[in-house]
Amino acid sequence: MPPARRAALGLFLSAGALALVPLLASPFRLLFVTEILIFSLYALAFNLLFGITGLLSFGHSAYYGVGGYVAALALIHGWTGLPGALILGMGAAALTGLLIGYFCVRLDEIYFAMLTLAFSQMLFAIAWQWTEVTGGSDGILGVPRPPLRLFGATVDLESPAAFYGLVAVVVFGAVLVLWTVVTSPFGEALRAIRENPERAAFIGIPLRRYRLAAFVLSAAFAGLAGALVAPFGRTASPELLFWTKSAEPVLMSLLGGIKVFLGPLVGVVVYLWLRDLISSYLVDYWMLVMGGVVIALVLFFRGGIAGAAQGWWAARLRRVATDGVPRDERLDEGVRPYGGR
Amino acid sequence: MSIAEDIAMMRADSFVAYVLNGLVQASCLFLLASGLTLIFGVLRILNFAHAALFMLAAYLAAQVITSTGSFWLALVLVPAVMALVGAALERALLRRVYDVPVPYQLLLTFGVILVIKDLIKLTWGTASRTIAEPPALRGATSVLGRDYPLYNLFYIAIIAVVAVGLWVFLHHTQFGKRIQAAAADREMASAMGINVPGIYTAVCAAGTALAALLGVFHGPMMNIHLDVDHQYIVEAFAVVVIGGLGSVPGALVGSLLVGMLDSFGILLIPRFQMAFIYMVMAAVLIVRPQGLFGPREG
Repeated sequence: MPPARRAALGLFLSAGALALVPLLASPFRLLFVTEILIFSLYALAFNLLFGITGLLSFGHSAYYGVGGYVAALALIHGWTGLPGALILGMGAAALTGLLIGYFCVRLDEIYFAMLTLAFSQMLFAIAWQWTEVTGGSDGILGVPRPPLRLFGATVDLESPAAFYGLVAVVVFGAVLVLWTVVTSPFGEALRAIRENPERAAFIGIPLRRYRLAAFVLSAAFAGLAGALVAPFGRTASPELLFWTKSAEPVLMSLLGGIKVFLGPLVGVVVYLWLRDLISSYLVDYWMLVMGGVVIALVLFFRGGIAGAAQGWWAARLRRVATDGVPRDERLDEGVRPYGGR
Repeated sequence: MSIAEDIAMMRADSFVAYVLNGLVQASCLFLLASGLTLIFGVLRILNFAHAALFMLAAYLAAQVITSTGSFWLALVLVPAVMALVGAALERALLRRVYDVPVPYQLLLTFGVILVIKDLIKLTWGTASRTIAEPPALRGATSVLGRDYPLYNLFYIAIIAVVAVGLWVFLHHTQFGKRIQAAAADREMASAMGINVPGIYTAVCAAGTALAALLGVFHGPMMNIHLDVDHQYIVEAFAVVVIGGLGSVPGALVGSLLVGMLDSFGILLIPRFQMAFIYMVMAAVLIVRPQGLFGPREG
């Protein structure tokens, strides 16, 4: 099948699957799927910077949290409806990303990670102490979900199914935009930067500007995920900004596979599903099992789930056609670099 | 006396109280950061689990003290046990990821945090616990006419002794020099006949023992619960980043700076005192990424 038709088929099938969920799932499961969708957007946005551009941000909770707080403030003070709150949250996160990214993209590796961590903890501390605006350690409670007015009709968003519908549409659209970015020449340039920054600079890619652009885009979509999670959980608390919220997308992306566009999504599903499964058997001790999974992942399974699947598929293709498959030695062996066709 | 009055008339005794509080905070951060930075300097791994090991040591100390009633026994036993834990950690896990990209190293140590937390929960449950000061160190003493807890003074003094001891060990003993050689150039040290893998294990054990020492000493000053590590680890990162990753003198200066900022921040910018540390951390990274004492890289 030609790639364009395969992509169209994939789109059609995933949109159909998303539309079927409310018909098949119980209200409780529907909440779970909504959570998966929001977190998938967060992880995919994070991975634009990490897997595609090669920059490990350890402070993405900054943008997730800013998106969440701004959307929550807009809704609770009645500045805008829900779409407006999403746009405000996303815009505020993009602006934050621009300010922070401007300083961060000058650094590499561990220093980049530490600087992003410093900025996100700074925002966490501000949210914790600026009680008049942020509600301090309690956060903002009782975030409303005002009804949505569309073409003269009014959609009540209080029900899990209606809110799921909104999240599904927004996340689907956002993932399409991210996909377009990643497959564009700009996305190719980001991958070139990841593979070899010096060489990328040498062939004329403006390194810092491209890194900053990726940073801002990544922050904006992480902010959109945060703006969705505030009305979803009806709250925005400092927890959104704490460093452990930055560690989650790292974990989920690596679990799923960072070189495959939808890898982080696989990671989110497996992580949340495992959390649910383990905690229903072992009640409180899911972290022990998850910790073991993480350690095993790093020691034996560095391509992640999607990476391993793709490696297996590549090996199969290699057996069919005898031509070699380009290898990427930097992060994981035997996995085709994302986008290498 | 309220903070506002303190600012209005910064009297000598209240100033000294702020300095002492800052020193207590600095002492705590130094012991945590020196182990963290020692491990990074030699193994080149930023150990996210360092504060979780400190927390585990605090629980162990609480257990030993409730069982035997002896603070001093805990002070000997807990660091020894935790040194073994550190050595096992290096042998079993860290050793396998020296040549792996940084994100995987961070993730591995993050996985260790999860395991330690649930093991603590399995063993001791979720209730928080406390450690009492040893009887000889209870009560307060007068500093410039103000009462100040005796234990805090002891704490500052003892950690100053540890800092000096660490410096003497690293710079004036054969083994300390070997460690520095292994940190500076692994291949060269190995070619000179230094047992580099052995040194890596020893350094991880020593760094963990330092965290454990803090676990015992800091016990009487905190409420030991399952989120203790989250609170301390990022401040310890701030200290090592400000001082310079891998530098023990840097950890000392960084912890003094952060400790004083913690204490005096409430006077300087009362509203955003907590954010102040991270502002300094970010400023140092922007202006001088290798930190105040870090070696210039590359």
